[in-house]
Amino acid sequence: MLRFIFRRLLQVIPVFFVIITATFFMVRFVPGGPFTSEKAIPPEIMRNLEAHYGLDQPLWHQYLSYLGQIAHGDLGPSFKYANRSVNEIIAAKLPVSLELGAWSMLVALVVGLPLGVVAAVKRNTILDYLCSSTGMIGICVPTFVLGPLLALFFGIYLNWFNVSGWYGPSDRVLPAATLGFVYAAYIMRLTRGGMLEVLNQDYIRTARAKGASELRIVLRHALRGGILPVVAFLGPAVAGILTGSFVIETIFQIPGLGREFVNSAFSRDYTVVLGTVILYAGLIIVMNLLTDVVQVWLNPKLKFE
Amino acid sequence: MSTSLSPLTTTALPPVEGERGTSLGKDAWHRLKKNRLAVAGGVILLLLTIACVVGPWLSPYKYYEMNLKETFLAPSAKHWFGTDQIGHDLFIRILYGGRISLGVGFCATFVALTIGVVYGAVAGYVGGKTDAAMMRFVDIIYALPFTIFVILLMVFFGRNVVLLFVAIGAVEWLTMARIVRSQIMTLKKMEFIEAARSLGLSDVRIIFRHLLPNAFGPIIVYTTLTIPAVMLLEAFLSFLGLGVQPPMSSWGTLIKDGAEKMEEFPWLLLFPGVIFSLTLFSLNFLGDGLRDALDVRAAKD
Repeated sequence: MLRFIFRRLLQVIPVFFVIITATFFMVRFVPGGPFTSEKAIPPEIMRNLEAHYGLDQPLWHQYLSYLGQIAHGDLGPSFKYANRSVNEIIAAKLPVSLELGAWSMLVALVVGLPLGVVAAVKRNTILDYLCSSTGMIGICVPTFVLGPLLALFFGIYLNWFNVSGWYGPSDRVLPAATLGFVYAAYIMRLTRGGMLEVLNQDYIRTARAKGASELRIVLRHALRGGILPVVAFLGPAVAGILTGSFVIETIFQIPGLGREFVNSAFSRDYTVVLGTVILYAGLIIVMNLLTDVVQVWLNPKLKFE
Repeated sequence: MSTSLSPLTTTALPPVEGERGTSLGKDAWHRLKKNRLAVAGGVILLLLTIACVVGPWLSPYKYYEMNLKETFLAPSAKHWFGTDQIGHDLFIRILYGGRISLGVGFCATFVALTIGVVYGAVAGYVGGKTDAAMMRFVDIIYALPFTIFVILLMVFFGRNVVLLFVAIGAVEWLTMARIVRSQIMTLKKMEFIEAARSLGLSDVRIIFRHLLPNAFGPIIVYTTLTIPAVMLLEAFLSFLGLGVQPPMSSWGTLIKDGAEKMEEFPWLLLFPGVIFSLTLFSLNFLGDGLRDALDVRAAKD
């Protein structure tokens, strides 16, 4: 078990290295820099700015010193916000994105799992069709259509929630519902498929023969095996929810890291872009690792290879 | 039609007896025709494509034509889907947007298909250390947060359509490569490949003439399911303001514009949103139907 985790962690190092290197050189070879603006800056000031941020050094030198910085956990200063470090920006914005992500995941699981179980147990009944078509709708109506529609209906026509902003608890409802619904749909479909496979197995028949109640069979015996596909999906789902928050944060005007990332890419704020990419990549890799571990823990048939 | 509404289950339909003598393709076609949702998806898709290709020629309006006397008109007989802030006819803009969205969907999928199939086939056929190295490379790329890279590419190198194809295509080939590889690995151990080899055929010929045609099922199914994923990604980028530039418009940009003005003029959001979702529905149902018809288990990686 520990060896497995250790081996996987070793694999992570080259991935990280590729990500950092690719992003670093990509942002540097881009036309336009952080200090290009409509007003022409006098060349002396430009030189001073570049010297201050180390941009006058040769590129490989900048690259190596950046690697050194990262090793110490320092993501450098922001180019656009004077006197703010990337670490500070991330510390201010990340909690918002994480909270949004957590609520969305909760919505996805609370809606998706029960619907999937019901659909599988009541297979080919009207209930199954209802659940399954809800799932299809969730997959085919993208967040950037669903979000505005929900805002229009619940925010403007019914006036239950604010259309945008991130202040009170009620502001969490619409964004989390929008982002969570898509993943609820996937989870519903995966749960249904997984449960159907498990419900046909012999040990379920045994449990039934021993007189276990239907509820107990579903919850105690079938569910553990039935949600395996869902567990495998959680890693990609977290990655999707993180990147999906770019759109949600734009629609609902939420001051999170996703919006910050897109804005900093537009304004060529190299260090913020790099820092965010590294952070996202790290989160995604850790989630994938956790997913693998949980999967093996739930399914004794899989061994840590 | 019990399985029609439950497309995730890959339970195969019972094999149709008494059809000996028909080819595999005919068999699959027969099963597909019985799946009403899949057929409906196919028909809708065909109609939408024809409308997008032919429609703009027949319409009296142009996508770049402004008419400042007819701004923000609600849907009417003259402007079926209404007009926007500078008097563009929304119906014609949706048809033009469809050309872009469907075009990106098909072309980028084609790019992904080509790269993925060739890469996967070579890895699976050659095997050994080459295969291990090639698949390790795929694993590493798989772990990269690709949406983020596509966003960076589009921001930094300008919003041109060709780059969009390439960027999306480069993201989506990985799963295809894995699927094709695993197919080829199973197929290459079969006798007919040994026969082909003993006939002295070249490796290239064996791969393209003998192995790949036998892996068509999963390839077709996964292609159908890749197209909606690609279209979603394109619309996602457009929604963030990284898609095609006005006066051209894809469905993603139309949805973005509509979302900004939905309070007063909800039809600007509704029509593009509905058409886009309808297309995704059709593609997904068609893909699921094909999966059942071709009896491909788990097209997911």
